[in-house]
Amino acid sequence: MNFVAWKMLTGDRAKYLGLIFTIAFCTFLLENQTSIFAGIMKRTGSQISDVTDAEIWVMDPKTEYFDQTKRLKDTDLNRVRGVEGVQWAVKLFKGNPVARTLDGKFDVSICLGLDDATLAGAPRKMILGSWERLREPDSVVIDKAGYQLLYPDQPLQLDRNLELNDHQATIVGISDASAPFASYPVMHARYSQAVNFVGRERTQLSFILVKPQAGVKALELTKRIEDTTGLRARTSEQFQWDCVVYYLKHTGIPVNFGITIAIALIVGIVVAGQTFYIFTIENLKQFGALKAIGVTNWRITRMIVLQAVIVGAMGFSIGSGLCTAFFAITLQNMATRGMVLLWQNVLGTGVAIFVVIIIASLISIRRVLVLEPAAVFRA
Amino acid sequence: MNSELAVQCRGVEKAFGNGGGKVLALRGVDLDVRYGEMTLLVGPSGCGKTTLLSVIAGLLNSTAGEVTVLGARIEQLPGRQQILFRRKNLGFVFQQYNLLPALTAAENGAVPLLAAGISRRKAIGEAKRLLSTLGMGDRVDALPKQLSGGEQQRVALTRALIHQPRLLVCDEPTAALDADTGQSVMELLAAEAVRPERAVIVVTHDNRIFGFADTMARMDDGRVISVESEPNAGSEHVFMPHHGVIQEVRV
Repeated sequence: MNFVAWKMLTGDRAKYLGLIFTIAFCTFLLENQTSIFAGIMKRTGSQISDVTDAEIWVMDPKTEYFDQTKRLKDTDLNRVRGVEGVQWAVKLFKGNPVARTLDGKFDVSICLGLDDATLAGAPRKMILGSWERLREPDSVVIDKAGYQLLYPDQPLQLDRNLELNDHQATIVGISDASAPFASYPVMHARYSQAVNFVGRERTQLSFILVKPQAGVKALELTKRIEDTTGLRARTSEQFQWDCVVYYLKHTGIPVNFGITIAIALIVGIVVAGQTFYIFTIENLKQFGALKAIGVTNWRITRMIVLQAVIVGAMGFSIGSGLCTAFFAITLQNMATRGMVLLWQNVLGTGVAIFVVIIIASLISIRRVLVLEPAAVFRA
Repeated sequence: MNSELAVQCRGVEKAFGNGGGKVLALRGVDLDVRYGEMTLLVGPSGCGKTTLLSVIAGLLNSTAGEVTVLGARIEQLPGRQQILFRRKNLGFVFQQYNLLPALTAAENGAVPLLAAGISRRKAIGEAKRLLSTLGMGDRVDALPKQLSGGEQQRVALTRALIHQPRLLVCDEPTAALDADTGQSVMELLAAEAVRPERAVIVVTHDNRIFGFADTMARMDDGRVISVESEPNAGSEHVFMPHHGVIQEVRV
């Protein structure tokens, strides 16, 4: 009878294609919007994930996310280093100087000051130049997207000069730093240099990066650091999630994306449900005949569910394919770099689409189940 | 002729609705249907023919009385067993054919076998064979919309007979057909469906097909008012409506 269900479904080509299009549209919207949302949220912790040398971030106890920094005292670094289980701890500075090119193009930038001696905390991917050149005076490494923002339509070139808060700086490297939440250029410099670029304050230490000793768990060490120093210590993963949670709580981003996702779900359920319902109603006499002939309700239910699953699977595949193509194209775009179709979103969308088609088919199934087979004798 | 009873109805009643809105569609029907015979249920519209057919076929449960079909008290069978009983033992021919529009003639004919779990290839092969027997050998791959009314009814007949049912129930099989087509469909029905091991019940008010009856049960107002065996033996029959009751005039 699966064959009969398949033929019944594909027999009415307009409705069949309409159902597939609806599900594909719904899938595309859900996967697209949830992935972009996840990508944006991931960007809130980009600078944290770029640091692969250290596993723990230490900060002021009131710090909630990466962009909210309260300066630590220089002595805090030594206190952290004194905690048992710490292999090494280095300082990290974060400031937002205005970067200005000689052509007059300018933008606020994210300037990260790395430990002078070790340069710990630098992203590993370098497109042009080398991290070692950061040891040169007034040198900075800029990310590729930031370079293209400040030097639009110009080839990547080292040794170009720019100003950071009126301080001369030379580009000695171009990195592939992850995209930040706001599309600012990401600069890396030595700690002492970055402090100069931004302008001296009484204290400058934004974060302390910590590497646990071998055999010491990062989570365990964070507790130890907090207990010993009174500072806030988070693992890289915890700190990234802190940023995500902060933006979820304090911005309208989830609401905006939530509305689009809700619309996609409602449109999917209503249109797919209605089309499927009409499709079933138009075949009601035939379903009645099948019931009279001796096809059980359970078999008819399976036929309708099979039809719904076929439509759902095809629509989901097409929608996912379109979404994959979308991200494959936009991945090349600097503004949308790092936005990818996550498997979690595909899985979640798959579950949502399954719910959509089950709801759509349930409405139809109910109508068929209550159908009296004797109705087929009425002309 | 096999004199064993395929269907036996005793005091069958069927009511629809409750309280003041209660309508008694069948009021104590007694009826015997024999194997190897074509039994016509005739009567004016609304007299209860189709309701009785539905009760006999197990599509409706009677409110009172006894219905024995092929030796089983069909109304007493549990729901699923009733359905399986229908699938195995009953064939249906509907007034509006009720073919699945997306299926070819052969596929439509094969539906009861498919429902019984027979492989598609075998079921469709069997349907093609039967369609050829019914003169539809060259139309097996046509969709219902490509077939005439008579051809569609032959496909419906294929669907009704393919699983060798012991009871065939037909509801106004010629009502949607012109005289010649209706005649040929009934000829096919008589030739292919009536078998010693099978009973055929035809509900109709089409007096053009009364000549095919081995037994004719006349109904009125929810009751069988007369049963006549061999109604056509040695005589020609013309039935004319009169005051809502079919009267027989012997010429």
